Amino acid sequence: MGAPDRATIFPALAAILAGAGATLALLLAETQWHVAVVALAGVAALLIGGRAGFGDAIHRSVASHHRVTSATSWLAGAVVVFLLREHNFELLMLCTVMLYVLAGLGLTVQFGFAGVVNFAAAAFMGVGAYTAAVLMTSTGLPHLVVVLAAGVVTALIGSVLLLPLLRTRGHYAALITIAFGILFRTFLEVNDTLGGPQGLKVPGLQIFGYAFNEAIEFDDETEWSFYTAYAGVFLVVLGLAYTLVRRVERSWMGLALDAVRLDETAASAFGLNGAAWKIAAFSFGNFLAGIAGALYAILTAFIAPASFTFGDSLLLLSIVILGGLGNPLGLLPAALVVVVLPEKLQVIQEYRFLLFAALVILILLLRPGGLMPRRAREYFPGRSS
Amino acid sequence: MTHLLEVSGLSVRFGGVRALDGLDLHLDEGETLGLIGPNGSGKTTSFNTITGFVLPAGGTVRFAGEDITAQPPRHVARRGIARTFQRLRLLTELSVFDNLMVGQHLTLDHGIWANLLGRGRLRGAIARQTDEMRTLLRHFSPTLPDRLHEPVSALTMIDRRRVEVCRALARSPRLLLLDEPSAGMTPDETAELMRDLQNVKAARPSLAVILIEHDMAVIERVSARCVVLDYGRKIADGSYAEVTRDPAVRRAYLGEEADA
Repeated sequence: MGAPDRATIFPALAAILAGAGATLALLLAETQWHVAVVALAGVAALLIGGRAGFGDAIHRSVASHHRVTSATSWLAGAVVVFLLREHNFELLMLCTVMLYVLAGLGLTVQFGFAGVVNFAAAAFMGVGAYTAAVLMTSTGLPHLVVVLAAGVVTALIGSVLLLPLLRTRGHYAALITIAFGILFRTFLEVNDTLGGPQGLKVPGLQIFGYAFNEAIEFDDETEWSFYTAYAGVFLVVLGLAYTLVRRVERSWMGLALDAVRLDETAASAFGLNGAAWKIAAFSFGNFLAGIAGALYAILTAFIAPASFTFGDSLLLLSIVILGGLGNPLGLLPAALVVVVLPEKLQVIQEYRFLLFAALVILILLLRPGGLMPRRAREYFPGRSS
Repeated sequence: MTHLLEVSGLSVRFGGVRALDGLDLHLDEGETLGLIGPNGSGKTTSFNTITGFVLPAGGTVRFAGEDITAQPPRHVARRGIARTFQRLRLLTELSVFDNLMVGQHLTLDHGIWANLLGRGRLRGAIARQTDEMRTLLRHFSPTLPDRLHEPVSALTMIDRRRVEVCRALARSPRLLLLDEPSAGMTPDETAELMRDLQNVKAARPSLAVILIEHDMAVIERVSARCVVLDYGRKIADGSYAEVTRDPAVRRAYLGEEADA
């Protein structure tokens, strides 16, 4: 199991640096022109780099130095958060991006791995958000427990859809999830205990007595945005979820899910229980969406039915496809494009769906596998004997 | 004595068509049986019914002394019956290794600890499976073991066929159902595949095989006994020589050659 030709670590480090730099540049860009230039340059770099074979070089480099590069990536994330410590709005956007990536990880397991469609991802985030709001205001449960409970409740509520989902396929299954999303929103709007259309207020996060909604002051001069602490926590949660999803992919579990997606019938001839794997993938995905929703509720301090619409579900789905269906890493650039661009380009706010449609079509035309197409499974990167 | 596989009175209807009409079939451990018959005579349907993909309208399937009639495919697989498909059903975008591991599905540990947390056991299992699968592939081709991590889509037709047969052999089944493995291959390639299969059989003397085949020459070479189907009914059962002498078979299957 020696590593015969180990690639150097530099392409990987360069890629991490470029990624962190592009994220910072996009978040901090002031004028419309800067934003457009940074975003286009980033997308172009991914597209051209992929064509020129940089992607393969980076991939080999990452695989050869798996531990170091993943540690460096998370460190780079922490550095980005640190550098933004006094930029309230930018941090809020970064937090939002991280939560979209978290929900996108759930969708990746459902749709990308197992092939189970879900056009109600935002609704499942909503289930998590409302669960967290109710539990935080009416019980004294520690907030970490509340967030986990929101994930579990979301997975349980999602299981209502399991029976119809297992009995249908393709377009019909898609319609069922769309119906659920619409039902959920209508239910919220007519339900007075849950605030109706006006929604609910959500208290700030408290972990081990530390209140996250207070600004972080060191002395009279230095004051960090309170979003710094949120961003730090989200980074840890995202890190755990990402590692978990990657390990699912790089294991017998990921193989079983691929078999369910690609040819469930053939796989059943070898003993695979397609329904059980679909249930597991759907529930795990909804668990992640629920946690993302709970954190979203806490972050924005206020939730309403209008935050979890069918349009938002489509947005999440477009992130997953744009990034490269089945590749968790692709979620980050895709979420940055989809979440940050419209916020920054206020002028096009009303046209943002038009922009996404155009962008998604353009990228998928140039690169059908998405910005970062999924690669063949390596159970233990860099160790293919 | 009881046979390894005992099919009795098996009937299948597709609408008004009787795809299988009271089929009786038996097979012992280590035996090879050729299943022949014209197109639409019920060969593949009999495989699909034994393996649980198609529900029978009547009759029973017993395997190793137990009734497995109408059990779902995954339960049938659990008992040690593996099959190939006439039109290959490999997961072409996955590697050869991954495809073989689909065949090993029931052997693999899908637990949370091994896959997500500890991972040490997964590493050991992958190393072990890699060795095992290389050995298995080597029976069929000297070059295939080196292509273990390539996607199946990069392989030629004959190599894909070999991988599909290896996927079915991976978990060391007791009964192997081969659905026309020579389809789409040249006579030379077919002869090669059959020779390799016989080598595998020599190494696993208790393995029972049912082979669906159009080409009588292939059947003659590999199987001691054949069953001939026509319109869902068994019209002959015996050695190759007996069956080819049977007038009903000559009429139904060999057609004009019977008159020659």
